[in-house]
Amino acid sequence: MANTTQLEDFVTQVRRDILRQVHKVNSGHPGGSLGCAEFFTALYQEIMDYSTDFKMDGKNEDLFFLSNGHISPVYYSVLARSGFFPVDELNTFRLIDSRLQGHPTTHENLPGVRIASGSLGQGMSVAIGAAQTKKLNKDKHLVYSLHGDGELQEGQNWEAIMYAAGNQVDNLIATVDLNGQQIDGSTDRVLPLGNLKDKFEAFGWEVLEVKNGNNITEVIQGLQDAKEKTGQGKPVCILLHTVMGNGVDFMMHTHEWHGKAPNDEQLEKALAQNPETLGDY
Amino acid sequence: MKKYIDTGKKDTRSGFGAGLEELGKKNENVVALCADLTGSLKMDAFKNNHPERFFQVGIAEANMIGMAAGMTIGGKIPFTGTFANFSTGRVYDQIRQSVAYSGKNVKICASHAGLTLGEDGATHQILEDLGLMKMLPGMTVINTCDYNQTKAATLAIAEHDGPVYLRFGRPKVANFTPEDQNFEIGKAVQLTEGNDVTIIATGHLVWEALQAAETLAKEGITAEVINIHTIKPLDADAILASVRKTGCVVTAEEHNYLGGLGESVARVLSTEHPSPQEFIATKDTFGESGTPEQLMEKYGLNAKSIVAASKKVIQRK
Repeated sequence: MANTTQLEDFVTQVRRDILRQVHKVNSGHPGGSLGCAEFFTALYQEIMDYSTDFKMDGKNEDLFFLSNGHISPVYYSVLARSGFFPVDELNTFRLIDSRLQGHPTTHENLPGVRIASGSLGQGMSVAIGAAQTKKLNKDKHLVYSLHGDGELQEGQNWEAIMYAAGNQVDNLIATVDLNGQQIDGSTDRVLPLGNLKDKFEAFGWEVLEVKNGNNITEVIQGLQDAKEKTGQGKPVCILLHTVMGNGVDFMMHTHEWHGKAPNDEQLEKALAQNPETLGDY
Repeated sequence: MKKYIDTGKKDTRSGFGAGLEELGKKNENVVALCADLTGSLKMDAFKNNHPERFFQVGIAEANMIGMAAGMTIGGKIPFTGTFANFSTGRVYDQIRQSVAYSGKNVKICASHAGLTLGEDGATHQILEDLGLMKMLPGMTVINTCDYNQTKAATLAIAEHDGPVYLRFGRPKVANFTPEDQNFEIGKAVQLTEGNDVTIIATGHLVWEALQAAETLAKEGITAEVINIHTIKPLDADAILASVRKTGCVVTAEEHNYLGGLGESVARVLSTEHPSPQEFIATKDTFGESGTPEQLMEKYGLNAKSIVAASKKVIQRK
């Protein structure tokens, strides 16, 4: 177990990786990636039981599915720094012939990735399927998934949410990144999500909230609490309140950086706010 | 000419149900998902005998396809069951991203394909599904001709590692292929030998092609009937070998002529051995309500149409 300072250093380095990946190719999605740096760090550094000797069938280990695939920069950084592939490979993000496609895919055999995502709204169904297979295999490990809040506008999610509750898929922890932003503006302006806690509960889920999803201690606590709730007949949802663009002052609290890369000057400013901790790739 | 005997009309969907039930006994990794059409898909036997491996998802096809993709992780072989329309058009993006692009071992099993769904009408009569599925990289596309072949195909696709679209139908049709056949994915079956015209058919139009060949024989025209049960990968060698001999081809399918078997055959011929071709297929139209027989007559998908097309294509040689 790492201590809090070590984990915070990990998060800071992940932020640098996110910024440098998108800057290099002048494309990608830094905003949501930055907002989820603590979540990915908590999952891969503290919570999940997994092997970096990657096998697609994922038997006898915890699984994670990223549904909002556009936040690939944070996913790739944390996978690399958790030992799935060389950290240097982050240099190839979005380049031709790279395993680090714009949105994650199994197509290039990148260790750590078990499903393609990017077209939104599909990940919860996949996670439920994997969770059902774990039950059939009498495998007690858990399945985790992450979804954007705007992504919940896709109807397939609600098919999946209904299914998981109705069929007691209680080995699943689905986290919603509640940053309140999407491409065209705030979720409230684009298409209000309403009270998600009430909605998930009405469907029959166990719902937990993490008030500050950018505090590593709170995120770990939230995930641990969620684990405690598994195996009791209900799927578990974490509403993770985050700030899009977290850790870079001029990227925070706006949708402007959803899918825009910083220029040279902006990168310099952003990196200055996040000094190197574990070493840049 | 070799004669084929109809051993008694049976629906192809029941062939699927029988195959699935046999798989349930043979292969513990086979799981089945259904979107509220268990009876229509003839999945009851599997459901009753293997309830722990049967997943009723409700009227939620997108979730069904995504779940099936997820279930492969950990070694299961999911068979999804619903009508062809809801198996393809409704869930195209789910199949594209979560199944095909992700390379998942999902078997999409689709009943009630085409016009012969009958009275429900055009909302349910998909004539575009073969095209949609064959365009997806890595997707195997199969359209079986009768009960026995559908059962054999159901067993065979469980042994194939990769996504498969298996298409069959609602009405009772002639059952004429061997009960104990070995179904080889991607391998055409030559049913008759002939020199004047090649008739390449898929699905229950294979039987119509055989009837057409008998009629043509009476007029001294010999037709080589080929059963293409696998639209993709297409058995180009079998097609070319036959058309090199006969010099012309009629393709027959219960599908739009845009995107179906006929276009796949035309692609092979145009690059390897350009030859006259006639298309027995629907001509860029939706269907309508009616009995299967009425619809096949109205839309020109029967032996009579194949005979006429054969005579026409021979003239064009």
